[in-house]
Amino acid sequence: MLHDAVLVCRKDLRIELRAKIGLNQVAPFAGAVLLLFGLALGPSRQALEPAAAGLFWVAVLLSAVLAVQRSFAVESAHAARDGLRLSGLDPAGIFLGKGAAIAAQLLVLEALLTAGVALLFGARLAGGIVLVSSCLAASIGLAAVGVIYGVLSSAARVKETLLPLLFLPVAAPVLLGATKAWDDALAGRAGSSGVWMSLLAVFAVLYVAVGTVAFGPLLEDT
Amino acid sequence: MMLRRINSDGALRVLGTLALLGMIATVWLGLFVTPNAVGYADGTVRLLYIHPPLAWVMFVAYGMATLSSLLYLWPRTRHPRFDHLAGASAEVGVVFTGLTLVSGSIWGRTTWGVWWAWDPLLTTTALLFVLYLGYLAIRNVPGDPETVARRSAVAGLVAFLDVPVVFFAVSWWRSLHQGPTVNLATGKSYVHGSMAWTLMLGFVSFTLTYIWLMAHRYRLAVLRDREGDEGLEAALAERWAEAVR
Amino acid sequence: MAPAVSLRDAVALAGSFPLLAGVTLDVDEGEIVHISGPNGAGKSSLLRLCCGLVALRSGTAIVLGHDLALDRRTVRLLVGYLGHETFLYEELTVEENLLFALRASGSSTSEAKADAKSAMARLELTGRLPGTQVGKLSAGQRRRTAIAVVVGRRPRLWLLDEPHAGLDHDARVLLDEIVAEARSGGATVLLSSHELGEPGAQQLADRVVHLAGGRVVGAPAALESETAHVA
Repeated sequence: MLHDAVLVCRKDLRIELRAKIGLNQVAPFAGAVLLLFGLALGPSRQALEPAAAGLFWVAVLLSAVLAVQRSFAVESAHAARDGLRLSGLDPAGIFLGKGAAIAAQLLVLEALLTAGVALLFGARLAGGIVLVSSCLAASIGLAAVGVIYGVLSSAARVKETLLPLLFLPVAAPVLLGATKAWDDALAGRAGSSGVWMSLLAVFAVLYVAVGTVAFGPLLEDT
Repeated sequence: MMLRRINSDGALRVLGTLALLGMIATVWLGLFVTPNAVGYADGTVRLLYIHPPLAWVMFVAYGMATLSSLLYLWPRTRHPRFDHLAGASAEVGVVFTGLTLVSGSIWGRTTWGVWWAWDPLLTTTALLFVLYLGYLAIRNVPGDPETVARRSAVAGLVAFLDVPVVFFAVSWWRSLHQGPTVNLATGKSYVHGSMAWTLMLGFVSFTLTYIWLMAHRYRLAVLRDREGDEGLEAALAERWAEAVR
Repeated sequence: MAPAVSLRDAVALAGSFPLLAGVTLDVDEGEIVHISGPNGAGKSSLLRLCCGLVALRSGTAIVLGHDLALDRRTVRLLVGYLGHETFLYEELTVEENLLFALRASGSSTSEAKADAKSAMARLELTGRLPGTQVGKLSAGQRRRTAIAVVVGRRPRLWLLDEPHAGLDHDARVLLDEIVAEARSGGATVLLSSHELGEPGAQQLADRVVHLAGGRVVGAPAALESETAHVA
């Protein structure tokens, strides 16, 4: 299972490095979202700075939808998804591999966006450990839910609209937890973010477990 | 066969009649018999006979959908009937979620002065509404019946697992801001006498309505299945005929 | 000899449309069978059923001793399928695509490297081609890459869906050689084409199975009496 996961993850990341869709389209999209938030709520920094954490995570969530769509577009071009099924790969391995690749891309994106909110919204970065670990837990959770719903919606002809409808409501707890953890950290109250960190961790563990078990039947039948 | 169908139709009709009578009685008791309780804005106490039963049915419906999904996924109990049951229950559940939101919102307007407050229960309910709309959308994605059933069952479980996470998340989130603490769910302590009876009747008649609606949706799904099976014969014959041309 | 493929009244659906409307077919191990029939007769669906890409609705399907209704994964590791689509990743090079496919089917890195190398050599994918991204290849070169994946996996059952389509004359000859080699190595081959007159396919095959209307309607010679019976 892990062997297959590593194989799939490396394959996806290699494709991503070559195609640079993430860098050339998803990251600029996330940046544009931040700019639009600035236009909608700014120019006063008094409005923007307290909202920075929330805006950051909304931008991450929207970009995650694109990253998941991209991850399955790679497979459905030339019916490579049928290829995946024929490949003999362990479905749980495919799930973990694709999830890991998406999580890695989200982490890179979050690093870029962090610079963005610091620059545009004047957020003063503090509580680095909380910031980083909440990014890690949130990315894993988002990637896991994303891959589950990615394969579910890839059977539909209307996958572009179905995925956000499915993904965003389920990801609501991540938005809440990660935003609050960041709020606490940015306000210098990193110590009080424990409950949010545990929420993010529970979410990640829950959906990684569900996906590992359920991916087989889902890939088989869609 | 014929007899069984008449029987089940008869049972459904009795159920429907009871639900209707119960509903009429609830409305009559709720509007004209019960007193206007102290501690509630003028007349709003009457929402008490509707809103908790609606929310209750919502949870029963989603619980039923989840249970059916589990039974479908469990290899020993796998049967299309559980898929139909899950779909029927979730569909009715979504309708009742919508009604819960509307009644809660009206309550909020009269009690708190706003149509919407970020109350944990209300917020969770709103997310539930979108979650299960997504679930119904997945059910509508075409495919082989068994494929659709398995896919839907997994989607149903994934959605349901999110419910407690959402609820706790929203509760913690809400507890940071002191907001309105009176809500319909905790408002029950005010209930006594004829009000208690009316509320009880509300629960019973809404539950009957749920069962009645769900049974109809279920029956429709079963009939559609049977039509599909009969259609298969015809489709196979038609397919064979291609060889002659 | 045990049959490599054994189908009994196999029905497969797409929505409510029967792709396969009750196929009964036995293929012995080591046979080369040519599946012929007009467009829409169910040739592709038959091959896709045999590798578990299309679900069996009713009937039985046993491939290489494994029941497809119960165990598709094992079957998939043992068959090599060449479809209309190439199952290749555009952004990966020819060699990377091969290595991924071979390692996915359980080969170790060194095995995969050796097998990929010999498969590329066999398909004359040499020179700069192994290091070229698939997205930059010509249609014929992609087709050859897809065939190389099947060759590299050394399957026990080859399922080739119109394998000659999109290949030039030399490549067709090459493919016929490869199929003949596979058979002498003990493998079974099912290949389809919609034209009976297609060069190559017929000479190779031990026998022809004619499909129409989602069913086997016998060898072409017996076609007329079969259809009369159906009518």
